[in-house]
Amino acid sequence: MTTFTPTTSEEVLSSVAWAVAEEAPLEILGHGSKRGIGRPLQTEHTLDLSKLSGVTLYEPAELVLSAKAGTGLAEIEQLLAQNGQQLAFEPMDYGPLLGGEPGKGTIGGVLGANLSGPRRLKAGAARDHILGINVVSGRGEAFKSGGRVVKNVTGYDLSKLMANSWGTLAVFTDVTFKVLPTAETEVTLAVRGLLDDAAAGAMALALGSSAEVSSAAHLPERIAARVAGGSLGSDAATVLRVEGFGPSVAYRIAALKTLLGKAGPLEEIAGEASKAIWRDVRDIRPFVDGSEKPVWRVSMTPAQGHQMVLTLRMQAGVSAFYDWQGGLVWLRMEEGDPEAALLRGLLRKHGGGHATLVRAAPAHRAALPVFEPQAPALAALSQRLKQEFDPKNILNPGRMA
Amino acid sequence: MSGLAMPKPDAGTLRRRSEIVADMRIIVPGEGVVDAANEMRAFESDGLTAYRQVPLVVVLPETVAQVSRVLKYCSDRNIRVVPRGSGTSLSGGALPLEDAVLLVMSRFNRILAIDFPNRIVVAQPGVTNLGITTAVEQEGFYYAPDPSSQIACSIGGNVAENSGGVHCLKYGLTANNVLGIEMVLMNGEVVRLGGSHLDAEGYDLLGVMTGSEGLLGVVTEVTVRILKKPETARALLIGFPTSEQGGQCVADIIGAGIIPGGMEMMDRPAIHAAEDFVHAGYPLDVEALLIVELDGPGVEVDHLITAVEAIAIANGSTTCRISQSEQERLSFWAGRKAAFPAVGRISPDYYCMDGTIPRKELPRVLAGMRELSEKYGLGVANVFHAGDGNLHPLILYDANIPGELDKAESFGADILRLCVKVGGVLTGEHGVGVEKRDLMPEMFSQIDLDQQMRVKCAFDPGHLLNPGKVFPQLRRCAELGRMHVHRGQVAFPDIPRF
Repeated sequence: MTTFTPTTSEEVLSSVAWAVAEEAPLEILGHGSKRGIGRPLQTEHTLDLSKLSGVTLYEPAELVLSAKAGTGLAEIEQLLAQNGQQLAFEPMDYGPLLGGEPGKGTIGGVLGANLSGPRRLKAGAARDHILGINVVSGRGEAFKSGGRVVKNVTGYDLSKLMANSWGTLAVFTDVTFKVLPTAETEVTLAVRGLLDDAAAGAMALALGSSAEVSSAAHLPERIAARVAGGSLGSDAATVLRVEGFGPSVAYRIAALKTLLGKAGPLEEIAGEASKAIWRDVRDIRPFVDGSEKPVWRVSMTPAQGHQMVLTLRMQAGVSAFYDWQGGLVWLRMEEGDPEAALLRGLLRKHGGGHATLVRAAPAHRAALPVFEPQAPALAALSQRLKQEFDPKNILNPGRMA
Repeated sequence: MSGLAMPKPDAGTLRRRSEIVADMRIIVPGEGVVDAANEMRAFESDGLTAYRQVPLVVVLPETVAQVSRVLKYCSDRNIRVVPRGSGTSLSGGALPLEDAVLLVMSRFNRILAIDFPNRIVVAQPGVTNLGITTAVEQEGFYYAPDPSSQIACSIGGNVAENSGGVHCLKYGLTANNVLGIEMVLMNGEVVRLGGSHLDAEGYDLLGVMTGSEGLLGVVTEVTVRILKKPETARALLIGFPTSEQGGQCVADIIGAGIIPGGMEMMDRPAIHAAEDFVHAGYPLDVEALLIVELDGPGVEVDHLITAVEAIAIANGSTTCRISQSEQERLSFWAGRKAAFPAVGRISPDYYCMDGTIPRKELPRVLAGMRELSEKYGLGVANVFHAGDGNLHPLILYDANIPGELDKAESFGADILRLCVKVGGVLTGEHGVGVEKRDLMPEMFSQIDLDQQMRVKCAFDPGHLLNPGKVFPQLRRCAELGRMHVHRGQVAFPDIPRF
């Protein structure tokens, strides 16, 4: 039982080289905030990147930031905030949902899990903001891809390949992200009391307008009470976020009010209260309950989300809320059974997508495919890539199985 | 061809040409196979016209099943395949090979689905970039990435090249606007990546495919995100006595939290060429001309115009015009959009480069370019996407003067080396293709390049799809796959515990 805690990329390289030579699998760890996601690992050795830390380059005028992979997300976000900037993809914090503390997580983990939050709808995910990486592959080879500039089509985009690879292809040592200015003003418009299907219609209308809605979520009755310290009350809330310069936000909110005036009662929520709603939607706060009840993250065609949930309810006890205009469905299985086959079958009938079991007891995670199973040709292709980059299966073996 | 080594044609394939043509006619009946030399001439080059090669045979499939059968047939017989969309690549990505089937996707030209509630369009790869916007604009929507060849270039080609355009500073590149693709691997297998939902499951192969220059698979369907058109757009036309001031203005605009819809800069030679050509009313006494376009609701645009104007004045602008009408906004753009043909009027030939640099390095790179221009005795005009540091130097030369093309290419290579040296990259949006292939080692070590080739090996282990592009040298996948580390050979008597 060895834990490597490298502080330099050279030390990461020699740790992995040792593991390759010994054919000794490694668990790749940052802060461990997402350790509960994926098939449980049974590796003897751990590569702990939390000491490989520090921002190595930050040029606000160039909109670029580089950091060692184990740098805390909180540290980076604080630095950016001091300069009026942010990671526009709004990476979420899985910690509390999975029973851990809030505010943990590393920048390497953000890319490895391709995290994003409610602003994903307009701004993209981590994979859309990564500019370059330095990594060590499962062959024990250190290499780089990309660079520090936004526009770059020089060679294959291996940075994206590594996004959402959950540490199974290579170990990040350095990452470079595009950063963006934080909006001067944010206002949320809430339409109250809508049922799921009416909410889907309202969100489609808002997103199809020129109001540049940056986030759209629907919190059904009772779920709404579990965000922002209960400030919304328990009536269903369909929330639309508008961000930008003051005069523009005021104009666009007014346009949305006209557009949705007949949909239901409207409320305008500004400033910190608005931020609190989106932080809690981002971090799945309604399902932070200290339990191990299974929680699914389903990415699917926006207009189909609520229809799938309606059908699912006929066969299982579920709580649900919606982000990304309805295209990101968070489900908590109230009876304790993940119902993986049922859910994935319904997903296929509703336009396809992918369902990830983000919270479940280890026994369920060991027995079920946590990540969406792939069609045979795609699964074979993914396996060939794994073979190319980690032929001895030493990096997080089996985690994505 | 000026000294560009392409893979040696396979004598066996060339010998079997008539048999291959006959088999292709069975797979793609009707008009879909072109083998007459004079008819194949139309396909002998793409937008990088300095390089030409008549292919083995041109095949224009109409169905996914045909694409799959063509690729499987070729895979089974070790026949090379070069995919082609509209042939507008500026880097030779669709340059044919003498012994390769040229697989032309232009008959895949239908829009398959338009879904306004989910804001997506599903298109076949041969649909033009502008064709997508045309299909949805009656409802006020558009497809954001707008490469300057958008009238002609295909969406499948956009995926292959990860195309950009003047609006990608605010709205992203192709990679940020594509939700899903269907593609056929070299072995004939059909694979779907993503769809009408966000983010693909598993490894981000959609991200890898986008910008893979036709070396990994043939795209047969594309799902893109469409956006509602901004309510208004207005532009500022700002002139500066020095490029440093123009560059600082760009940095200050971004520093103020403003991300314009488009932000373009031109240097003196480009300004003069454009003004002589289209009479856009550009000032001729400035060293740098900046076009800043702001889009969105009217109140937002008015607010930001005022802010940008103040930043321009603070940076010593000598002229600053603000468009008062749609017609005037378009006139600001007219010169920029005509910059390439305008330069074509002042020089018999020009060679368009495409490096990206960190914005702050602009003055240093422009100074370096002036020195190189003197060294090579060739003029250079610059237009660039200032917001994201993407340069398009146009090197002026005359192909009829012996040796000038070589000189222009050497000049271009030196410019790209300079871009890499200051922290930039070889290509921002045009792709590596054959053009920048041999410069890849300037940016990547052999180990870096090996990893890219490993991706290639997972998709196309026989190197049959578009060989000779992107990689300066091909290494056999079996050789790359070998592990050079074996148990016991690397001595770690004491396990390092840091």
